[in-house]
Amino acid sequence: MKKVYMDYASTTPIDKEVLNEIIPYFDKYYGNASSIHSFGIEAFDAIEDSREQVSNLLNANPEEIIFTSGGTESDNLGIKGVAFNNKKKREKKGFHIITSQVEHPAVLETCKYLEKTGFNVKYLSVDKYGLINTRELEDAISENTFLVTVMFGNNEIGTIEPIKEIGEITKKHGILFHTDAVQAIGKVPIDVKKLNIDLLSISSHKIYGPKGVGALYVRRGAKLQTIAHGGGQEKGLRSSTLNTPGIVGLGKACELGKKRMNKDVSHITDLRDILIKELKTIDQSYLNGHPKKRLANNVHFRFDAIEGESLNLMLDDKGIAASTGSACSSKKLQASHILLAIGLKPEEAHGSIRLTLGRMNTKDDIEYVVKVLPEIVQKLRTMSPLWKR
Amino acid sequence: MPDKYSEKVLDHFRNPRNLGEIKDADGIGTVGNPTCGDVMTIYIKVKNGRIEDIKFKTYGCAAAIASSSIATELVKGKTLKEALELTRNDVAEELGGLPDYKMHCSNLAADALRRAIEDYKKKKNM
Repeated sequence: MKKVYMDYASTTPIDKEVLNEIIPYFDKYYGNASSIHSFGIEAFDAIEDSREQVSNLLNANPEEIIFTSGGTESDNLGIKGVAFNNKKKREKKGFHIITSQVEHPAVLETCKYLEKTGFNVKYLSVDKYGLINTRELEDAISENTFLVTVMFGNNEIGTIEPIKEIGEITKKHGILFHTDAVQAIGKVPIDVKKLNIDLLSISSHKIYGPKGVGALYVRRGAKLQTIAHGGGQEKGLRSSTLNTPGIVGLGKACELGKKRMNKDVSHITDLRDILIKELKTIDQSYLNGHPKKRLANNVHFRFDAIEGESLNLMLDDKGIAASTGSACSSKKLQASHILLAIGLKPEEAHGSIRLTLGRMNTKDDIEYVVKVLPEIVQKLRTMSPLWKR
Repeated sequence: MPDKYSEKVLDHFRNPRNLGEIKDADGIGTVGNPTCGDVMTIYIKVKNGRIEDIKFKTYGCAAAIASSSIATELVKGKTLKEALELTRNDVAEELGGLPDYKMHCSNLAADALRRAIEDYKKKKNM
């Protein structure tokens, strides 16, 4: 059976070049980067090379990169680190954080946790495309606000937020700006200096690197407190013996991501646009997210009268790997907060499917999905008591 | 999938038995709510106090579709009294179990069947 992977926003296969780069760091160069002997120095040097590769992708300085275990930890460190650092200083002023309703759980749950410990959080609403309103953001800023955290590109519907405008606003008000760029790196050119970003989270396994490693960019001068105490690695911000193979992989993935960005983006944008055009021809189908301000790899649709988990499983039976925001596929049994935030009713959110493209997808893959998916939608509709055509 | 479905659930999901509607049904029962993601309609044809034919239509996840399918199989040919004894647990057990969080929302077939039998009785003034 033909197999088509279209869940690249969930994770990517590791690039062969990245894999080859990593392997010697498991058994040949296994030293602890904190050790002063030659074994340690080999690991240390490799890690510093990676730091440079990561910083090049973001136009940051190498010393502004902190290695972590992934996107979730980067978000936690960035947000809690800044929050805890401000808690002592701002006892009289109060503590206010601004975020959006469409953040990844790594940001949203961190903010909810901070609310429980005494911080105030404003969750900005979004329009039907998932875009925040920068005027609402500016209006929400008070003298108590010390951090704005808004994602770069949405993990579910692919909408790209107005990062440049947000950066201008936070700079004007002297507030730190964190962005979760896990879905955006490698697909959107990011210059943290031009965009006035103070903190930025990335993950390796979304850009053809290994799982279990990521980074947080921290602009020089931005102050945070650690959330994991220990041996004091990574300037005391992230204690733990450095994961040399993972970090080497992240570095290589960033280097390749930068080198291949133009080619990758043009390839997957072409495929994405064909897929969107074809799926729109299905009766009562709707594209979620912004038609233009959209990650190059994201296709997100909903179909009336069918449920996403069933659609997802039937696609899987045909060898197609996709993802759904239906409540029925989550243990919480709640429709995706992102789909509800853009104004969909729960019953509309259930019928959604996300197809995310990657470097390895071909025109053949698109043709196969375009042939199979409408048949499955049709089949599920003939089974559905809600289908009235 | 957060929790894996049993082979039997997947079999009934892929090859649903008694799928469709009965145009001149003696009883029809619909339960569920699109907001929750599951709606199920069961159609029955009754002869001599027995369920002679039964069909279903379901909007929902694999658990919802599979539980509808197996429930229709379990009660086809049974007396109304026997059919009324079918419980949610029976359906889940026959399927080789359902993930815990699916037990309440998706396992609606026994309720839909009961509703269809009530509808039949009401129409017959029983």
